[in-house]
Amino acid sequence: MLTLGHYLLASGALFSIGLAGVLLRRNVLVVFMGLELMLNAANLSLVAFARFNPLNGLPDFDAQSFVFFVITVAAAEVAVGLAIIVALFRARRSVRVDDIHNLKF
Amino acid sequence: MLNVAFWIFTFLMVFFAVMVIAHRNPVSNALSLVMAFLCLAALFFTLDAGFIGIIQILVYAGAVMVLFLFIIMLLDLKTERGRRINSSLFFGGLLMSGAMAYLVAAVVLRSKISERPLPPLAVAKIDDVREVGMALFTAHNLPFQVIGVLLLAATVGVVLLSRKEIR
Repeated sequence: MLTLGHYLLASGALFSIGLAGVLLRRNVLVVFMGLELMLNAANLSLVAFARFNPLNGLPDFDAQSFVFFVITVAAAEVAVGLAIIVALFRARRSVRVDDIHNLKF
Repeated sequence: MLNVAFWIFTFLMVFFAVMVIAHRNPVSNALSLVMAFLCLAALFFTLDAGFIGIIQILVYAGAVMVLFLFIIMLLDLKTERGRRINSSLFFGGLLMSGAMAYLVAAVVLRSKISERPLPPLAVAKIDDVREVGMALFTAHNLPFQVIGVLLLAATVGVVLLSRKEIR
């Protein structure tokens, strides 16, 4: 029998894996992928809460519109972030975060 | 049935998420991310959120992944070889993410609401594209318009950032 806890634990696992990627990896693109995993873990718990707290026998569509907004903002963030990574690569010829630790160069 | 789908897709999602972190080759990272997002979309389908699942596939597994792969090709990234692992930083990071996982698990396992079973729906098939659309265009119309401006600003910003010389 599925409970809300199952989905929340799956979401927590996904979030922790994303956090591990952000903390452990040195490649800035993989750090960015870890960020995406964390955003999606938050989306999973939102959709789970929407389904497990029905309003008049229907899932909470306000929560699902919130997920829609999160996905839109995440897509814009990916576009801007990747453009910044390309600009950094042009300036530094590297995507390792160890080489990109100065604010001004 | 739903139970089996949940366990299969959760296992696959966690597996591919670990592959995103563990692989050395950036293209393998990006393709594992596609698979993790597809499994996540399947989990959305098990939660009767078909619209969100389809948006997830279109936006993440489609657009965002093409962007990631395009940038990997553009930067011509090779597989990392012979990197030194700073062991104290490595175990520190592992400890932090393990603590995060423990914290979430402890809170979820101890709280009352996590024992809530899947409630039945009033109708057999929900028309969730219509319902989410109604929510977006009535109750949340202002954020919906603002998100359009945000996307325009992001587009202009990306074009400005990716010019050859930044003045």
